[in-house]
Amino acid sequence: MTQLAVEKLSVRYGAVEAVRGLSLEVRPGEIVGLIGPNGAGKSSTLQAIMGSAPVTGGDVKLDGRSIVGRRPEDVARRGVALVPEGRRIFGELTVEENLRLGLAARRKRGNGAGIIRAYDLFPVLLESRSRHAGFLSGGQQQQLAIGRALAADPDVLLLDEPSLGLAPKIVDVVFGALRQISDSGLAVLLVEQRAQRTVALADRSYVLANGELRLTLGPDDAGDTDRLVAAYLA
Amino acid sequence: MILGFLNLTWPVFADALALGGIYALMAVGIGLVFGVLRLVNFAYGQLIMAGAFALAYGAQWGLPNWVSILFCFGVVLALSVLMDRLVFRPLRTHSPAVMLVATFAVAFLLQNIALLAFGSLGKTAGALAQLQAPWDIGGVFIRKIAIIAITTAAGCLALLQLLLTRTPVGLHMRAAAMDFRTARILGVRANRVIGVAVLLSGLLAAVSAVLLTVEQTQVTYTFALPETIVVLAGVVVGGLNRPVPATLGGFAIGFAYGLLGGILPTNQSQYLNSFIFAAVIVVLLVRPSGLFTRAGGSVERV
Repeated sequence: MTQLAVEKLSVRYGAVEAVRGLSLEVRPGEIVGLIGPNGAGKSSTLQAIMGSAPVTGGDVKLDGRSIVGRRPEDVARRGVALVPEGRRIFGELTVEENLRLGLAARRKRGNGAGIIRAYDLFPVLLESRSRHAGFLSGGQQQQLAIGRALAADPDVLLLDEPSLGLAPKIVDVVFGALRQISDSGLAVLLVEQRAQRTVALADRSYVLANGELRLTLGPDDAGDTDRLVAAYLA
Repeated sequence: MILGFLNLTWPVFADALALGGIYALMAVGIGLVFGVLRLVNFAYGQLIMAGAFALAYGAQWGLPNWVSILFCFGVVLALSVLMDRLVFRPLRTHSPAVMLVATFAVAFLLQNIALLAFGSLGKTAGALAQLQAPWDIGGVFIRKIAIIAITTAAGCLALLQLLLTRTPVGLHMRAAAMDFRTARILGVRANRVIGVAVLLSGLLAAVSAVLLTVEQTQVTYTFALPETIVVLAGVVVGGLNRPVPATLGGFAIGFAYGLLGGILPTNQSQYLNSFIFAAVIVVLLVRPSGLFTRAGGSVERV
């Protein structure tokens, strides 16, 4: 079981400091939420963990070993999977080909147990396995993006706004799946705009603003709208 | 005779198909690297030239033909890998314009090395010239090289299609061509995908070199240069960013070249280049995103 630790992480794009000294930890079987207004540095944090954003300070550790400076494909091959913003599925490939692509990062040889797991979690993908992924609805594409990330059997799952543009009913499906995924022992780091739902789902949520950690919230704080609003406006 | 009023005979048709096949192979070779690197490799013709010189030396040293051909493959593949390591890889993160200019530089460099090393007259690669002799197929005499080129091209394209659609590395290459960033996040190794594309591209250049030397036994430093320019035009006409249209474009322009060259009298066929490139310009004005791509493809103009 692997845990993810972000320690005093800083990310800078030219003159813009997107993340400043952020520290957080995600343990196996845990969902950690990362919320905050646009431009708070949430996506940059995920990209820095993945090795596709310039880290200017601090460290990212998997089980105590630093992964900063590694290429995205190597981070993926160490068991960190990202569901990118905007889903980024391959519309011209079939659903099954998208899932097989997810196997690229697998660490053990196997004939696609991860794909079967994705189909178990999202049966709609099995029904449309030979269709081009571009023809799927937004909700189905999101499920495909999560299934694809899980195909390689990762230890850590990062999600960048998976509920973006989805109908409330589909958000229920996606968030329900996240709970199932973390219960199976994965460490889940969830970046979201839907603050209230995220706080309710996550074991712990961090509110980020201007690249800095502002507040830590527990599931019981989901009803405390005043605190949430205050954190966003602070 | 298929069409009596022109000089269109079965041998001319077969030669045109063969030329189309060779140009299609070159188009795929250029397209594979473009797919993963967004780089038009202008030095592709010089890879073929190097292979042709390898064949010429093989003949001069009295090597058996199959050894010469292996030598040609070795030289072209080694040069492809060197090009990737020394030029493409260090410049990969730079703008496409920088990479494009770099391949121009490599093309001229290789050409001038060949000029210095082998002189302006070059070498003769005559070992395979007997393939120009015809086969009697039911009373129609078709040159052996035409049949060989057509079957080789079809075989290579079919194998490549299988590799791209049926194997993990093929899937990775297709994904990388569509969205490299996302493919890497999923664990697709950039260096491996690019390395495989460069190798395959080199293999196709070697095959093209073998097929082209049958016809053009005199190998000079400009070997394959005109062909490469025509193929690049074909690839652009077909649609550079899509593999199948690019291949079709390469085939179409080679076929048209062979056909028009065969049926036009000599005093007219000397204008063939002008005709072909005029046609390319017209196609690009009417369908900027390529002849064989779906209409409505967004091309932004300023």
